[in-house]
Amino acid sequence: MKTTMTIPSPGRKALAFPYILWMIGFTIIPLALIFVFGLTDRNGAFTLANVAAIARPDHAKALSRALLLSLVSTVICLLLAFPLCMILRGRRLGTGSFVVFIFILPMWMNFLLRTFAWQTLLEKKGVINGILGAMHLGSIRIINTPEAMIFGMVYNFLPFMVLPIYNTLCKIDDSLIDAAHDLGADFFQTLLRVFVPLCVPGIVSGITMVFVPALTTFVISDILGGGKILLIGNVIEGEFTRSSNWNLGAGLSLVLMVFILISMAALSFFDKNGEGTAF
Amino acid sequence: MNTATSVKTTRRGLLSALLRTVENFYLTIILVFLYIPIATMIVLSFNASKSRSVWGGFTLHWYAELFADAEIAAAFRNTLLIAVLSAVAATILGTAAAIGINAMKKLPRTICLGVTNIPMLNADIVTGISLMLAFIAFRISLGFQTILISHITFNVPYVILSVLPKLRQTSRSAYEAAQDLGATPRQAFFRVVMPDIRPGITSGFLLAFTMSLDDFIITHFTRGAGIDTLSTLIYSQVRRGVVPSMYALSTIIFGAVLVLLLLSNFLPRKKNAAA
Repeated sequence: MKTTMTIPSPGRKALAFPYILWMIGFTIIPLALIFVFGLTDRNGAFTLANVAAIARPDHAKALSRALLLSLVSTVICLLLAFPLCMILRGRRLGTGSFVVFIFILPMWMNFLLRTFAWQTLLEKKGVINGILGAMHLGSIRIINTPEAMIFGMVYNFLPFMVLPIYNTLCKIDDSLIDAAHDLGADFFQTLLRVFVPLCVPGIVSGITMVFVPALTTFVISDILGGGKILLIGNVIEGEFTRSSNWNLGAGLSLVLMVFILISMAALSFFDKNGEGTAF
Repeated sequence: MNTATSVKTTRRGLLSALLRTVENFYLTIILVFLYIPIATMIVLSFNASKSRSVWGGFTLHWYAELFADAEIAAAFRNTLLIAVLSAVAATILGTAAAIGINAMKKLPRTICLGVTNIPMLNADIVTGISLMLAFIAFRISLGFQTILISHITFNVPYVILSVLPKLRQTSRSAYEAAQDLGATPRQAFFRVVMPDIRPGITSGFLLAFTMSLDDFIITHFTRGAGIDTLSTLIYSQVRRGVVPSMYALSTIIFGAVLVLLLLSNFLPRKKNAAA
């Protein structure tokens, strides 16, 4: 479909004004306020102490733990999702079929209830240990460990990896695959030279949609980590809801935003056209 | 020659059968992983024993308790009201904005789309905190209204990004032809442009509605004391200790979502209704 030339007209442009005002009031000014709070102390004087506080051992630990866990979860999600999407593509189901539907259905369940369900399963006296105990197989100890958090992250964010990858895979023309086979490419060559390169936009968008929420979560660590293993999200949340040191919380949020921006810049390097989309 | 070919075909047939088994196995494992927690919650919602690893017989007690709980009822009402109101507001604001943005020159359009991307790409925790700071700075007291404003804010981008592609596909000459044939701009818009972009508006609305239903993090920071949505109520309950009626609630929500999605996905509809 060819993009039609739009002749600029003042009347129609005005329709965007309410939205522009709204976004200035509720997106730009709020973001600016994070900078204001993050770069001042309680008396309103300029300081870099809130940002530098990331170097405090407990904060640095929370940040590096969050980076590690979110990276591991993102990689696991990618490794699980890509074969899944390849298999589903091979079944020629299209994007609206029932089989595809059941793979993304859990995403529509409330996020907290899903995480809570894993707590129920993994707990010391939870369902899995109950079943293992009934079969005299001993018990597992996973709740309140970083591994449990990775479990929760992979479970919650897997559909966000599956959707964009599946959508881009389905757009790949079959004649390209036939051409690759005709030219003598075997399965792995076709995979690496045709599927993966054409799928980059989907992979990039999947990675962003998993990495950012995993890096910044405080809910999963709270429910599956027992509130003792803190991620940077927990630290920031705590500063706003419990300790009430908003300046410190805003300063740490600035640091977090820097990491989000770095990861997005790195990813947009791989996806120059920004075609990847989940919807 | 003939036997060699047939041996080769059989081998290939065996190989593809094996591959298909491996594939099915993989699909099953992922499905089990995805549905185990949901199945667990459904089973436990009917469990008479309060213990999570002992089956104490079938009961509907937790459902009765759930429906008698005024706190849950209020939270449910808030959640639905906020989802409907914020999705309607975001759809109106976003559709108008998409038409405006589509009429803009390149530079202002790029700036507008850049701003549109902020709430989508930023971490929810940062969006939530920034809105909370803004409400306090603007002296808007935290409560129902601040949750609503926040939800409209993170919902509008979804509407814009659903409507814009449809707008780009509509031909401007049809709109102009309608006017040449005597339609007023308003008539031309509602009779000619609107039918083309309606699928985008619908999917934007549905996306906004579900985003609002599922949100916890932004609501957590902008709600203030004394008002709960289902998400914030579940969060406080999870911290206080497990109430089996939460399993009943999960089961009902899952059933409702399943029925709604089945209806919306598999009722006969026009092919272009998908975003």
